Amino acid sequence: MQANLRRDFLTSSASGIGGIALSHLLNQETFADAHVAKNSHFSPKAKNCIFIFMAGAPSQLDLFDYKPKLNELNGKKMDAELLKGKRFAFLQKESAVLMGSSRKFSQHGKSGMWFSDLVPNLAKCSDDICMIRSMHTDQFNHHPGQLQMQCGEAKFGIPSTGSWINYGLGSENQNLPGYIVLTAGRGSSGGATLWQNGFLPSNYAGVQFRNGDSPLLNLKNPNGIPIQLQKSGLETLRKLNEKHFSRTLDPEILSRIENYELAFRMQSAAPELVDLSNETSKTLENYGVNRQLPKEGGGRGKGNGNTYADFSRNCLLARRMVERGVRFVNIIHASWDHHSNLDPEISFNARMSDQPIAALINDLKERGLLDETLVVWAGEFGRTPLGENRPGRKANTGRDHHPNAFTALMAGGGVRGGLTYGSTDEIGWNPEENPVHVNDFQATLLHLFGLDHEKLTYNHAGTQRRLTSITRKSRVIKDILT
Amino acid sequence: MKSRILMTITFTILSWTDLRAKIDFEREVRPILINKCINCHGGIKAKSGLNFTKKNTVFNKLNSGEIAVTAKSPLKSELFHRITSTDESDKMPPDKPLSQKEINTIKAWIKEGAIWPEHWAYSPLQKKAQNGSSIDEIIVAKLKEIGITQSKIANKRTLIRRLSLDLIGLPPSKIEINNFINDTSDNAYEKLVQRLLESKHFGERWARHWLDSARYADSDGYEKDNIRPNAWIWRKWVIDTINNDMPFDQFTIEQISGDLKKNAKPSQVLATAFHRQTLYNREGGVDPEEDRTKRTIDRANTTALVWLGLSLECAQCHDHPYDSLTQKEFYQFYSFFNDMTESEIDYESDFLEKKSKVRVMKRKDRQTFIFHRGDFLQPMKEIKISSTTPRSLPQINADKSKEWDRIDLGNWLVNVNNPLSSRVLSNDIWTKLFGASLVQTKSDFGTRSTPPEQLYLLDHLAEKFNQLNWSRKKLIAYIVNSKTYKQSSIRRKEADEKDPDNHFYHRQNRFRIEGEIVRDIFLSSSGLIKHKIGGPSVFPPIPDGVAEQSFAGNFKWETSQGDDRYRRGMYTFFKRTAPDPNLITFDCPDANVSITKRNISNNPIVALATLGNEVFHEAAQALAKRIIKNLPNDNDQDRIAEAFQLCTSRKSKPEETNELMTLLKKSRHFYAENKEEAKTVIGKYSIENIEAADLAPWVNVSRIILNLDETITRE
Repeated sequence: MQANLRRDFLTSSASGIGGIALSHLLNQETFADAHVAKNSHFSPKAKNCIFIFMAGAPSQLDLFDYKPKLNELNGKKMDAELLKGKRFAFLQKESAVLMGSSRKFSQHGKSGMWFSDLVPNLAKCSDDICMIRSMHTDQFNHHPGQLQMQCGEAKFGIPSTGSWINYGLGSENQNLPGYIVLTAGRGSSGGATLWQNGFLPSNYAGVQFRNGDSPLLNLKNPNGIPIQLQKSGLETLRKLNEKHFSRTLDPEILSRIENYELAFRMQSAAPELVDLSNETSKTLENYGVNRQLPKEGGGRGKGNGNTYADFSRNCLLARRMVERGVRFVNIIHASWDHHSNLDPEISFNARMSDQPIAALINDLKERGLLDETLVVWAGEFGRTPLGENRPGRKANTGRDHHPNAFTALMAGGGVRGGLTYGSTDEIGWNPEENPVHVNDFQATLLHLFGLDHEKLTYNHAGTQRRLTSITRKSRVIKDILT
Repeated sequence: MKSRILMTITFTILSWTDLRAKIDFEREVRPILINKCINCHGGIKAKSGLNFTKKNTVFNKLNSGEIAVTAKSPLKSELFHRITSTDESDKMPPDKPLSQKEINTIKAWIKEGAIWPEHWAYSPLQKKAQNGSSIDEIIVAKLKEIGITQSKIANKRTLIRRLSLDLIGLPPSKIEINNFINDTSDNAYEKLVQRLLESKHFGERWARHWLDSARYADSDGYEKDNIRPNAWIWRKWVIDTINNDMPFDQFTIEQISGDLKKNAKPSQVLATAFHRQTLYNREGGVDPEEDRTKRTIDRANTTALVWLGLSLECAQCHDHPYDSLTQKEFYQFYSFFNDMTESEIDYESDFLEKKSKVRVMKRKDRQTFIFHRGDFLQPMKEIKISSTTPRSLPQINADKSKEWDRIDLGNWLVNVNNPLSSRVLSNDIWTKLFGASLVQTKSDFGTRSTPPEQLYLLDHLAEKFNQLNWSRKKLIAYIVNSKTYKQSSIRRKEADEKDPDNHFYHRQNRFRIEGEIVRDIFLSSSGLIKHKIGGPSVFPPIPDGVAEQSFAGNFKWETSQGDDRYRRGMYTFFKRTAPDPNLITFDCPDANVSITKRNISNNPIVALATLGNEVFHEAAQALAKRIIKNLPNDNDQDRIAEAFQLCTSRKSKPEETNELMTLLKKSRHFYAENKEEAKTVIGKYSIENIEAADLAPWVNVSRIILNLDETITRE
């Protein structure tokens, strides 16, 4: 009886009772309604998010933030005042000199947005892209910085953005997880902590899809168990569990019965999702799904040797996921940490990612999905205008970590396309106009989903926790909203 | 005329409040202050000098000269004026006024004398005999108040399975079950408890709880995540120490300060490895001093969480927003750990083949400063910080004439007169035996926590723990021998209506067991498990691609061969950036922060794991072989009953056997026509002279029995 009541409450509340973060009202730890859609705080623009995370910190100065003055000052020392109190991972600040960019920059689209020659395809999407050049963060090492970008603060045990959004809005797909993670190349510094559920129930953790045709762990039946025996087995299991429920009246058993049924549906839904056989050859070509790795360059970016094809496939999969109502897709690529050999290596990565991301934006647009899908392109911080001069190095061929200023891109999902927001000083050291802290970026992201970052909270250890830091006043960047 | 009516109304309200019980500050007033006032008048802002986490600012003159609260006189209390004011510039809270009910509560509270008792968790243990002198008396008295009764005692099979899982984390064997059922002596149950407490597996089971608190792992964490090859030696110390029932006070003191003891034994120095379990960032660009301060902060936070039920971390940057804890007090507490430094010793023991290096902590003097806004580059050198415990926490007579060190801290934590840690630690043991905490916020005993419904029970347990000289085993025996523990977990409709969340313990709780134990049950039921207490971590099979998840694929998972493939779940190598999914899927902590209560997720990923994962499927294959071997000449029904009992510790009912018979027949039908599939599904678990097609159906039946809710649930 008890259990039935609870079930009714769950189903009816999906369409009413405010809906928001309903699991909070229920037993937080044992019964979370990750597979029920919930209402937002106010009317949302975005329904789904594809967050492309360029871990390792790409150089904004060689991709997006055009600094002719920096080129002029190449080889010169920089204003000592700006260096006061600054800390670097490797750079020796007493002897460091500025390093210009060897890339060619040009303006694109109706607004004349600047892009370097590394990303020609992305440049063609400039009318759909909002470029924020004044991002800044508090962290200057990778793992802490990646945590702050994904989870709001450089802490372990706290939920990632994708977990928060699914906690707030639930999933619209009954056959797939609401938060899926795709990776290409080698692992990131943060590993699985970047899609952690933290103190939220574990249903909200990102589920990592693996490359290849078996995307989820344990998705396939053991060899020798065909689908019909799986089905008969699960029927028997359901009957036995139901009998035991009738004796114990423990609603967790009903939950388990439902989860076995969902698991069974996922066994067919997930392979269907990753099966690209009904995509046109044109689509596959646009994304570059069959690309080979270039012979030259790449360094650590080469990963398993299949990075180009995997990244392309991930972009295409992300579109297939949002088509099916997966709320949050995280595409992670981790080789942008160019302390040296910047030119060849960033060029390798840019070629890997430029074509498929542009294809994704165009594809979403053609299918009418871009308005409700937010695409994000960001790393955890930027790179220094100073060349990196580690002791013992003959020449500066790379840049160090730079938390003060970096660039992030957004497209679709209620963001103004063709807008360049914020700027940095003439050498790209600090934001000059409209600085955007990582937490402001996150508050804005939630806002696009109709979620108020101060209201989407969860009581943990006596404190109402949220995605943005509770000790910082974060703001929604209204200027970039449509 | 108008004012006359108003007065009458006021009079009526007051007389009504006078009639009822006095306002309870903790349950009625403090929540209003915390929810409505503390954002501006708390530890962070303390506007106008008023800070509701500090009693003295409430009852003394504020910056303005006004007094927020004057006992017995609402009219002389600025708080009352402000919450009732209609003047835009005066009214509080400025945006959303308090409800009439809240205003009445505050008014009545002031009228009654504005009693502001010490926070419940910090006050002395309450020892009121009228509330009962045993667990059962206290529980029954409370249940009587709300008009329900305790549940009946669970049947013997449930009891032995529950006790075995709770105490040693393994299901009982068929013989053990039969012995217990056939033992009709009065103390059969007590004997069983004793046997389990003496089992070597007891130490494994309860060590794993402690490892959660200690954030134990076999690697450093962060990007590089280097392995810690001898971390397990400390784990072995925990297992042995718990098996030897080292009193919890000594257990505490050795881990906090074993290195400081005069003529410390190596095992006492080894104990300090509790504080070696922090993450360690070896990324190239890390400032070593910054990471050291991070580790020190983590040690301070972990100690406060585990022993004091306090989340200190907010106070590293500013005064605590809710708790009466200043930033300075944080650094005074931090200072205890600031003299620790990572070190190594050569360790010898009979379980080690040769002397081995183990990582421990040792003393290194350092001066502590407050870090402005928590930034280690901004030490406030004008204030010298010495080690001491926060003022709002229990003040125990201790020698304050000398500067405190970690020995004093350890002594303070487990002083019999420290009610806070006694409460936190006894609640922790209770929680493991009921799957529910007596305090709603298990990891927060701070001032935002409301007193537990069963405060007397909590205090009774805390006192008992002290009386039993901090013996973990004796306190566990005391709890599990109560009728309250032995109750059935089956829900009763009428009791559930009055106590829906079982806050009053009108029944036992029923819950899924932890990830390591899920593995242990699968391996035990199928007979695959190989026992060895302690030893280096092992590498059971994990899916391809998991180990590669760690940074730059710098880690290879070489699957263990032989017995080590089938060890208990707690021995699985724990690589922080690429943990075994069979652990994480079932909510084993990620070892990055201290965890004192695990989640219990119930989702499709869990179902997929037990249905399809290699380790769990191998158990199904082995279980099929085991029942055919055990019962070579028996009929199908008996074999089903045998498998069912191996997994759930009970006999299947006829209707359950029938369902499984149906599945068996369907499976036979399939494999009779698909001989190759039959060979595949039994894998290496074939039996000589038995056709694959005869054995294969049993694999399918076994895997469904292993997937029963009951198999992985402690009832």
